[in-house]
Amino acid sequence: MNTQLLTEVSAFLWQEADMLDHHDYQDWLAQWTADGLYIVPIDPDVASGPADLADRLNYAYDDADMRAKRVARLTSGESVSTQPASRTVRSLSRFRILADDGAAITVRAAQHLREFRKETLRDYTADVTYELARTGDGFRLKSKIVRLVNSTDALHSIGYIL
Amino acid sequence: MAIDLKAPPAASRDLADLVRADRAHTSLYTDPAIFEQEMDRIFASCWVWVAHVSEVKEAGDYKSTYVGRQPVVVVRDRKQKIHVLLNRCRHRAATVCEEKKGRTNSFVCPYHGWSYGLDGSLRGVPHPESYGQCLDKGEYPLKSLRVEEYAGMVFATFREDIEPLADWLGPAKKWMDLFMKQGGGYPIKVAGEHRFRFPGNWKIQLENTTDGYHFPVVHKSFLSSVDEQTERMLDFVNGPGFVEDLGNGHSVMVMIPELVDLEENLDAPVPARFAELAEELRKEGHDEAKVRRIVRAVGGSGFNLNLFPNIACSMAFFRVLRPVSVNETEIHHAVITMDGGPAAANRARLRLHEHFQGPMGFGTPDDSEAWERVQKGAQAGTDLWILLNRGLPGERVTEDGRAGDVSAETGMRAAYQQWKKLMTGRG
Repeated sequence: MNTQLLTEVSAFLWQEADMLDHHDYQDWLAQWTADGLYIVPIDPDVASGPADLADRLNYAYDDADMRAKRVARLTSGESVSTQPASRTVRSLSRFRILADDGAAITVRAAQHLREFRKETLRDYTADVTYELARTGDGFRLKSKIVRLVNSTDALHSIGYIL
Repeated sequence: MAIDLKAPPAASRDLADLVRADRAHTSLYTDPAIFEQEMDRIFASCWVWVAHVSEVKEAGDYKSTYVGRQPVVVVRDRKQKIHVLLNRCRHRAATVCEEKKGRTNSFVCPYHGWSYGLDGSLRGVPHPESYGQCLDKGEYPLKSLRVEEYAGMVFATFREDIEPLADWLGPAKKWMDLFMKQGGGYPIKVAGEHRFRFPGNWKIQLENTTDGYHFPVVHKSFLSSVDEQTERMLDFVNGPGFVEDLGNGHSVMVMIPELVDLEENLDAPVPARFAELAEELRKEGHDEAKVRRIVRAVGGSGFNLNLFPNIACSMAFFRVLRPVSVNETEIHHAVITMDGGPAAANRARLRLHEHFQGPMGFGTPDDSEAWERVQKGAQAGTDLWILLNRGLPGERVTEDGRAGDVSAETGMRAAYQQWKKLMTGRG
């Protein structure tokens, strides 16, 4: 097992998680490759990748333009469901490197997120698969697929980025 | 004329007095006893939408859903007949189907193994000897509801004595036909749905489908995220659209009159937001007429059709509501695609749906927040009324009913008059 790579990958993903919990959205947008895709599927099939999910209904299927719009919406003050904003704390664990072809690494992790807004504390547990492109100075997100364990259930609004 | 603004106390309430021509009483959102009566007098007594035919396309295809609070299975049998069966074993009541959808040959109760055919007939009972002659299988099929369909929309009712579906829908039928044109020449297909719940009464959602007034306020963040041309198109509150009462509680809100008939104006310029899609379709070899037809259909219709009590054909999707309790409602926003249509066009439809709908959409969460606030606010001033008088002075009589301006509360007035009729048994 390449623990050196695991350390580098987990450091990058923990940093990404911290950016989201602390609403450092501009920094977060800069973590992506230009063609990167942020996807929150409904389909629980873990084998489906970005190309399969393009032809299905998801909760989010964001390219660079939609990610920027999502961030703009969350920070605009125009959306009543994000005023006040949710407070979130997430932990990532159980990192496993699934593939490494030199140019990109596929890694899967467990994410536990707790959200508090107004009078309600909620849990969202997800299996997250990332494709990380190697760049000169580290990694960039090429895809991030957040598979909520309850994706097929009736959900409440999610006014932040998973 | 002086209007009595105080409603009588709950104990002596006459339901008829809780809905007036221009207002409805707050207790309609909050009184559990009223909710119980609604389940009986509305959801168990009129036509309730259960499925689109594409959800049960082949023999054996089924979908589990609800009529009011009662779980049912919608299933197509081998003779292509669609059945709506109570999801309850006739032996000791366990549900016979727990999957949301799928394909099967039979429904088998997990408790003692009673098995039922696709038409609900009781086929087999394990170890029948103990029953001797005291169990006639013919007497114990899954209980079956009356089923009728129009324009691919399947409805069911517990009542044998109410009017045929076509009569119940009345003038709404022509709007259903118009809505289905968004297949762009292909049959329309339900290709998944966003499900969410909000802590509020079902009628808050029912009202919203023909509420043009909220759009620029609640959906400001959505409007900020679309291109200028689309934003202008959605700036309809002062425009020429209208809301029309179609009878029986049904209503239509036309926001964008030029998008009422998607098979007209096919020569109009392709909107900027679909230019890329049009180019992709041309490259795939579709002729210009077909490209125009698909591109015009891809963004959906310019109206919301609200069918009392639980389904709406809403621009580009089906909105299904399910009452859970007096202060809990589940909503499904089913996405519509072109069955067999170009993948690029269907991807565009899926992305448009995700943009507005669902728990991470740019529209639904804000609607949901507003409805939640209505239910919360309705706990205050329990003797107060919900005002439904917007657009009343400008209302005019039409061929199909009455119409007001695009942000008039005409559709809500229609729904509450139907509510009153069903709840009191009086017209």
